[in-house]
Amino acid sequence: MQFLKTLGVTALFVASAGVAQAGETLDAVKAKGFVQCGVSQGLPGFSNPDDQGDWTGLDVDFCRAMAAAVLGDAEAVKFTPLSAKVRFTALTSGEVDVLSRNTTWTMSRDTDFGEFVGVNYYDGQGFMVPKSLGVASATELSGAAVCTNTGTTTELNVADYFRANKMDYTVVAFEKADEVVAAYDAGRCDVYTTDRSGLAAQRTKLSKPDDHVVLPEIISKEPLGPLVRHGDNEWGDIARWSLNCMINAEEMGVSSANVADMATSTNPAIKRLVGAEGDLGSKIGLDNAFCGNIIASVGNYAESYERNVGPDTPLKLERGVNALWSQGGVLYAAPMR
Amino acid sequence: MANNPTSSSGAASLWRDPDKRAILYQVIVVALIIWFVGSIISNTATNMEDRGLASGFGFLKTSAGFGIISTPLISYSEGSSYGVVFLVGLVNTIIMAFVGCVLALFLGFFVGIARLSKNWLVQKIATAYIELFRNVPLLLQILFWYSAVLKPLPGPRSLYEAGQKVSLSLNNRGLIFAEPIGQAGMGTVWWALLGGVILAFIVRWWAKHRQMKTGKQFPIFWTAVALIVAMPLVVYFVLGSPMDFVPAEMTRFALKGGVTIIPEFIALLLALVVYTAAFIAEIVRAGIQSVSHGQTEAASALGIKPNHRMRLVVVPQAMRVIVPPLTSQFLNLTKNSSLATAIAYPDLFSVFAGTTLNQTGQAVEIMAMTLAVYLTLSLLTSGFMNWYNSRIKLVER
Repeated sequence: MQFLKTLGVTALFVASAGVAQAGETLDAVKAKGFVQCGVSQGLPGFSNPDDQGDWTGLDVDFCRAMAAAVLGDAEAVKFTPLSAKVRFTALTSGEVDVLSRNTTWTMSRDTDFGEFVGVNYYDGQGFMVPKSLGVASATELSGAAVCTNTGTTTELNVADYFRANKMDYTVVAFEKADEVVAAYDAGRCDVYTTDRSGLAAQRTKLSKPDDHVVLPEIISKEPLGPLVRHGDNEWGDIARWSLNCMINAEEMGVSSANVADMATSTNPAIKRLVGAEGDLGSKIGLDNAFCGNIIASVGNYAESYERNVGPDTPLKLERGVNALWSQGGVLYAAPMR
Repeated sequence: MANNPTSSSGAASLWRDPDKRAILYQVIVVALIIWFVGSIISNTATNMEDRGLASGFGFLKTSAGFGIISTPLISYSEGSSYGVVFLVGLVNTIIMAFVGCVLALFLGFFVGIARLSKNWLVQKIATAYIELFRNVPLLLQILFWYSAVLKPLPGPRSLYEAGQKVSLSLNNRGLIFAEPIGQAGMGTVWWALLGGVILAFIVRWWAKHRQMKTGKQFPIFWTAVALIVAMPLVVYFVLGSPMDFVPAEMTRFALKGGVTIIPEFIALLLALVVYTAAFIAEIVRAGIQSVSHGQTEAASALGIKPNHRMRLVVVPQAMRVIVPPLTSQFLNLTKNSSLATAIAYPDLFSVFAGTTLNQTGQAVEIMAMTLAVYLTLSLLTSGFMNWYNSRIKLVER
C-alpha cells in the first residue's frame, strides 16, 4: 500500500516540479511574466470565453486585477479551465497560482484545499424546473429527479435539503456543467439545481429559456470567492487586497473613469488607495500604485458587476445582497490603511 | 567454478568471470531500485508536508452526504460513510464489467463466426459491423448511445398520466419494468430450478459415459432444456404462479416503484459490449482460420456431421489461439468501464476517485485504493483466464 501510495503522489508532483515552494509564488509569477488563473469551463457572467477566445466575467476580472496589481498589465493572465472536480487538485499541485472559479467558501475547503481570500459574489442555491411541471415551491419536489454537478457543495446541499424535508429524490450527477444543462434540457431530470447566479447563467444555454422557472427557495449560503494555496501568506495578501481594493474603490467612488485624477484628491484615504500617499503596496511586495493599476485597467467592483452579471447583461442579476453595506447589501471590505 | 582458473586470482579476473560479473550486475540493479523507490518515498513525504496535505484512511469513516443514483446490492443513504461509497462504486464497476464481458463474448463469437459465413449478406454485415465499431473511439460511442439514442426518448410525463400503472416502459429515465415479488411457494420453484441444473449435469455425465461405451448418442441439449427450463415452469404453474409482478405507478414527476435500469447503465453497457465485441469477433475469426483446413477435411472424411465438425473439431483447436487475446479484451472492457465518468453512471472511478476525492481531498489514498481495485480485478480476470487456457491448451503426447 505504501508503495502504491507513493506512486500516486509521484504522479501528482511530477507535474508540479519546478513550481515555487511556499512563499515564492510572487517571484515565480514575476519571473514568468503572467498569472496562471484557474477558472470554470464556461459559466456566462463569471468566467466564459467569447467567440474570439477572450475570457470575460466576474471571476476573470479578479484574475486580471491580480495581474494588474503584480505585473501592471491586466492582460498578463493565462486561464486554465477546470471542472468542479479537479479544481482543488490543480491548485494544490501548483498548476494554477490562484483559483477564481465561483467556488463556495466552506470551512472544510478552507482547511483542506487552500486559503480563501474573500468573497466576490454572495450566492445561494436554488432550483429551476420546467414551467409545464406546474410546481410553485421546492417543497413540492418529492419524487423528482435532480440534475447537478459532482464535486460541488450543491450536490451536498440538495441531499441535505431533501433529507431535512423528508422527501424522496433521485440525483443525476455529471462532471461538467454543460452536461448537466444538456441532460436537464433533454428531460433526463425534472429539476436543475445550482447556485442561483449559475441558474441565471445556464438558463441562457437552454433551448427554450422562457419555458423554465426558478423556484423561490434559496436553500443554502454560497459565498463564492477566490482562493490561493496554503503556506504562501504574501501571495494570499496580494489576492485579498486586490479584491478589497475593488470593493473599497466602489465605496469611495473611485472608478476607471476618474482614477487618473484621484492622485490629487483631497481625501487622504483615496490618496492611499491609489498609491499617491503611504506605502501600502510595498508592504505586500508590490508597487504602491497597485490598487490604482487595478482600478485603471479593470475598474471597481460595481463596474465589473454591471459589465458581467448586472441587469443589463443576459444574466439580469440585481445587486441584492451583493450591494455595498452602505446600500443595504453585505459587501464590506476592510479599510486600506 | 572450482575448475575455472581465472576465478582464483585478483580483481581483474573477478571482472572476467561471467558468474561473478552477473552477481555484480544484480547487486547494482537492486541498489538502483532501492535508491529509486527510496527517493520517491522521501520526495512524496517532503512534498506532502510542504503543502500541508493530510494523509491516512480516517476519511473512510466520515459520512458522505451526497446522493448516488444507483446503488444495487448495497444499502446506501446520504448518511453512509465514504467507505460505503467505495463499496457502491466497486459493486457498480463489477456489475458493469461482468455483464459487459459475458455479453461481449457472446456477441463477439456470433459476429466472428458470421464473418466466416458462406452467405454473402451475413458475411458483409459482420464485416461492416466490425469495421464500423472497431474504428470509432469508445468515448464517442458512449456519448452517442447516451446523448443521441437514450436521452432523446420521450419523458414519462409525456407518456403517462398520474396514477397510471405501467408494467414495461423505455423512456428517458431508463428501462422500467414491473418488479417480481415471490410469494409463498416460490421457494419450491427455485428448488426445482436447482434440481433441474443438477439433473442435467448427471444426465450429461451418464450420456457421455454411455456414448464412450456403446457409441450410442443421446439428445443431451434438449434434455437439459427440458430439465432446466420446462421443469421449473411446470412447477411454477402447478403451484398457481406464486409470483406477483408489481407495476410501476406514475406520480407527478416520474414512474415510482418497479425495477429501473438507468439509461446511463444501458448506454455504457451497449457501448462497451458493441465496441469490445468487434475486437472479439476478429479474434474468433483469426482463431478459427488458424485451424488447418485439413482438420475440417479429415473430420468430413471420418463422417462427422457438419455442425458437429465446428463444435467438436474446429472450435476446440481454435480456442487455444482465441483465449490469450480474449483475456486482454476482458481486461480492456473492465478498465474502459471507468469512462462511466463521462456520463452519470456511478462506477468506482466516478463516485470514489471523482466525487469522494473532490469532497475530501485525500488524493493519494483514494488513487491508491482505486488503482488497487482495478489491478485486483484485472489480475483475477487474467488468473481465471490463464487457468482456463491451461485446461484447453494443446496436450502433446
